[in-house]
Parts: sequence; structure tokens; C-alpha cells
Amino acid sequence: MAEAPYETIAGKQAVLEKMADHPAVKGLVASNSAALIDALFDRGELSLTVSPESIIPAVSTIKDAGYTAFEDMTAVDWLPSEPRFQLTYHILSHAFKQRVRIKAWVSENDPAIESITSVFPGANFYEREVFDLFGIRFEGHPNLRRIMMPEEWVGHPLRKDYPVEGYR
Amino acid sequence: MPDVGTPILQAPPAEGSKDQHMVLNMGPQHPSTHGVLRLVLEIDGEIVVRLYPEVGYLHTGIEKTCESKFYQQVVPLTDRVDYLGPLANNLCYCLAVEKLLALEIPERAVWIRVLLTELTRINSHLIWLGTHAMDIGALTVFLYTFREREEILRIFEAVSGQRMMTSYFRIGGLAMEPPLDLFDRIQKFIKTLPEKIDEYTNLLSGNPIFRNRLMGVGHLSPEDAVALAVTGPTLRGSGVDFDIRRDMPYSSYEKFQFRVPVSNRCDCWGRYEVRLEEMRESIKIIQQALDGMPGGPVKADAPKIILPDREKMKTQMEALIHHFKIVTEGFNVPAGEVFQTIESGHGTMGYYVVSDGTAKPYRVHMRYPGFASLQALETMCQGRMLADVVAVIGSIDIVLGEIDR
Repeated sequence: MAEAPYETIAGKQAVLEKMADHPAVKGLVASNSAALIDALFDRGELSLTVSPESIIPAVSTIKDAGYTAFEDMTAVDWLPSEPRFQLTYHILSHAFKQRVRIKAWVSENDPAIESITSVFPGANFYEREVFDLFGIRFEGHPNLRRIMMPEEWVGHPLRKDYPVEGYR
Repeated sequence: MPDVGTPILQAPPAEGSKDQHMVLNMGPQHPSTHGVLRLVLEIDGEIVVRLYPEVGYLHTGIEKTCESKFYQQVVPLTDRVDYLGPLANNLCYCLAVEKLLALEIPERAVWIRVLLTELTRINSHLIWLGTHAMDIGALTVFLYTFREREEILRIFEAVSGQRMMTSYFRIGGLAMEPPLDLFDRIQKFIKTLPEKIDEYTNLLSGNPIFRNRLMGVGHLSPEDAVALAVTGPTLRGSGVDFDIRRDMPYSSYEKFQFRVPVSNRCDCWGRYEVRLEEMRESIKIIQQALDGMPGGPVKADAPKIILPDREKMKTQMEALIHHFKIVTEGFNVPAGEVFQTIESGHGTMGYYVVSDGTAKPYRVHMRYPGFASLQALETMCQGRMLADVVAVIGSIDIVLGEIDR
């Protein structure tokens, strides 16, 4: 198999040193470097992990740094590890022609995070989808209802403890 | 113009509210909703005050299904998502997994991928044009575009054995070498296509009914388009010059010369113009791919990942073992996560694949353009006539399979 064509930079310190000129990294460090928990540059994609409490300031900073186009968000269920849910936001910059991935972890006991719809209105349906399929609440969302499953559905199908064939 | 109410995407009015507006249900079984889209419209006379898309009627839990399949078994599932552009789905998923594997793909396979993906784009746009015109009332165009689409489907059948659910791109290359006469056939097809596109524009562009139904309808400002995560031709119809093929090239698109059409009209007519131009640009890309088609293998040299040829499998012990291992155990993919996007016919298609190092994907998330475009529907329809909703739905080119997944 061929060698990976991209250099991997793992860890917050390494990314801060080697990618200090990256607009997203620069913006986050300037505004609130404590919010940044971890960072990883792998396969040409930059992931920044932030604490869930500071998701709104983090995405606003990223937006101010030029990453104006919200593209996608979803969650990953890492059962049985704790915190269990990894929220992933992909935000694109039309000007820099690159995207940045923001990650935040929320726990199983209280799966909730602030909604980013005030910063990126386009996250509306995506947050509803994560709420529906993972059961993660988004505080301050204008219309947090199920979107894919019927209203009266019990359970959240994309959780790992939900059987593939459903409950019979 | 009446007061168009509170900002976008609020909750529907509570039951028994004193609101004087009528709530009208449209769909899910409505011919102009392109599948099973249901809209709840709040109307004041014939003016749309608010609009809530209700989706999920086609939800099959395809992302959940992916988690219990081997990596190579997911490829046929992706066809079913955006069923009008099957090869684009295959391409996006394969690129994502190949990125995880750090797999080099032979040049010939990459070029054939570009060639067929552009045909897929034309296919997708032809269906859009036919159905969009039909929604507006110009039934004839539908018959014309489906005539050309039929030839594309025959090409797909020749290449993969299937008209719509192709699964022709595989992780590591293509399923097999395309048939001998394929390139001649595509050449013949694209030679006549520009005339056919002229034929459609002759039918539509000068038609006063068509013009009046599209011009100035469904206004979406560039700021709103970016804020609501709208992508693809809908975004470029609002004057934002961004195309992933040119700006973040994948699959060797940087080697092709093409223009990215942009319209500053920000209305349904702008999107109509952009898509028509895109078809002509796709023809140029196909011509370049045909002219410069490199030779060589169509599969990467990775026997532990790619199934061997049937002939080898039946005659060589080594190949038989690899075949058996791949089919029964799959292949392990290094842990990590990637988000691969491509420019599909409808906009930005993205696959977010998370691997935990086993032979099955830990999570596959599909980002499809229609889901985001639906969010912009209310902005485009607010304060407009009810009949314009049909024109706007047609102009954002949605496929419910990709929205509900």
C-alpha cells in the first residue's frame, strides 16, 4: 500500500506550533485558546476539538476567520466510552477553498449542547436530524422536533445500542 | 405586500390560534413535489406567509445499514440515495474510503470516473429540466429530455449491466474494463447533444409563459444562500462563484478545462440558465476525457482490497485466497475519519466516513445538497403566490431519496 500522501500532525501543541498561520487556528487561539482541547491534522483535514460549553464562541470565531459556509454536521456514537457522543461540524471557507472540522464531545447522562443556528441558520435541519437519530438536545434551537422518524417514535435509531433491524 | 411574518423556519402555528391565515397541506402525494415531499403552507389568500417542509417519508435508515456492512458492500447502497445520479454517489463514497486507505488509483480509472460522472450530471440535469418544465406546464420538453436520457441510461447499462443502480465504481478503481465500443458511443452521443440542448432552449427560453413563471420568482440573495448551506447550481444561480470541481479538485479535475457558469439573477431563471450552461460545460469535459483517455489498468494494485479477475480467481491459488478473504472477511481500513466532498448534479455531496480499524465502517454520514436546499425554500417562497412554490421546488432540483436517506 502506498505511503500516506499527507503529513499527520497530532496533538494540540503540535498543531499550534506547525499550523500557527492557519486562519481558523489563529482565530481560535486569539479569542479563547483554553476552549481548544485537542487538534489533529490528518489526511489533509484539520480537526479542532473544543469544549461543548464553548461551541458557540468557537464557531463564531471560525466564522469571523472566514469560514462562512456551514456545510454539514452529524454525530458519532462511541459507546461504551465516556463522553459518548462526538459532534462533528464541517465548515467551509469559499475564500480559502478549504474546510475545518470542529468536534465537541457530549456525555450520555445529559446529551445536550447549544444550538449553533444563531450563528449558522443552515444548521437547523442538521441539528434536528441529530436530535432525532441520536437523541442529543440542542438548547436554543427554534424548532427542535423529529425530522426523519414519526413524531411518536420511541428511541434514537443511529445510537449503537439500537438494533439494526429495530425492536420487534 | 403583506407582512411576511417571523423569520424563517419557526414552529408551525399552534392549534386553535387566533391566526387568520389558512394552513394548507401540500403533498406528500403531489405530482410537483418530485417524490414524497410534504409542505405545510400558511397562506393569506394566495400569498405564502410561512412554509414548513416535512420530510422523512422515504427514510430507510441507510446510514444505519452501512454500519453493518463491509466497506465494499456499501457501494451498492449508495446508488439508492440520489437515484438520479448513481455514479456520483459511488464516486464520493469510493473517494472517501480510498482517502482512508491512502490508495493510489490508476489514471485510466480516474479518467473514466470523470467521464461517467459528467454523463451522470447531464442525466441529472436532463431530468431536472424535463420535470421542471412539466411542473410549469410545458409538457413537451419532458418527452424530449427523456429521449436523450434514455441513451445515457443505455450507456450506463452497457458499462455496468444496470440502467440506474450502476455500482460501477469500486473501492480501488472500476468494476471492470468498459466495453470496447463505449467511447465511440459516448462520442456519438455528445456530438448530437448540443443541438438537442438548443432544441430545449428554443422551446423554453423564448416562451413567454415559461419566462414569466421563472423570472423574478424565488429570490434568494447570495448571503441567504450561503447562510442556509445551499450549494451547487442553486448557489451559483445566486451569484456565488464556487464549484468544488474547480476550487477543491478531486479525481484529477484540475486537468480539465471548463468554465463555471454563474448567474447574478438570484431567481429561478438564474438557476435555469446555470444548469443549462453546466450541461454544455459537461460536454466539454467529456470531450477532453475522451480525447486524452490514458491506457493501463482500471484497478489499483492492491490484491487484499480489490477482488481479482474471475479468470485469475479460477486458475490461481493466490487469487482464490484473496477472493475468499475479501468476500468473507472484508478488508480492514486504518482508523480515522474523512469528509470527502464532490460536486454532484445537485450540489455538494459529502461522505463522512469514520473507521475504527475494522472491516466495517463505524459511521457513514451522507451530506446531500437537497436537504440543505429545502431549508431555503421558505426564504424563496415567503410573500409570493402559492403557484410559485411549484416553480421554486422545481428550480432547486431536489430528489427525496437523498433528503430522507
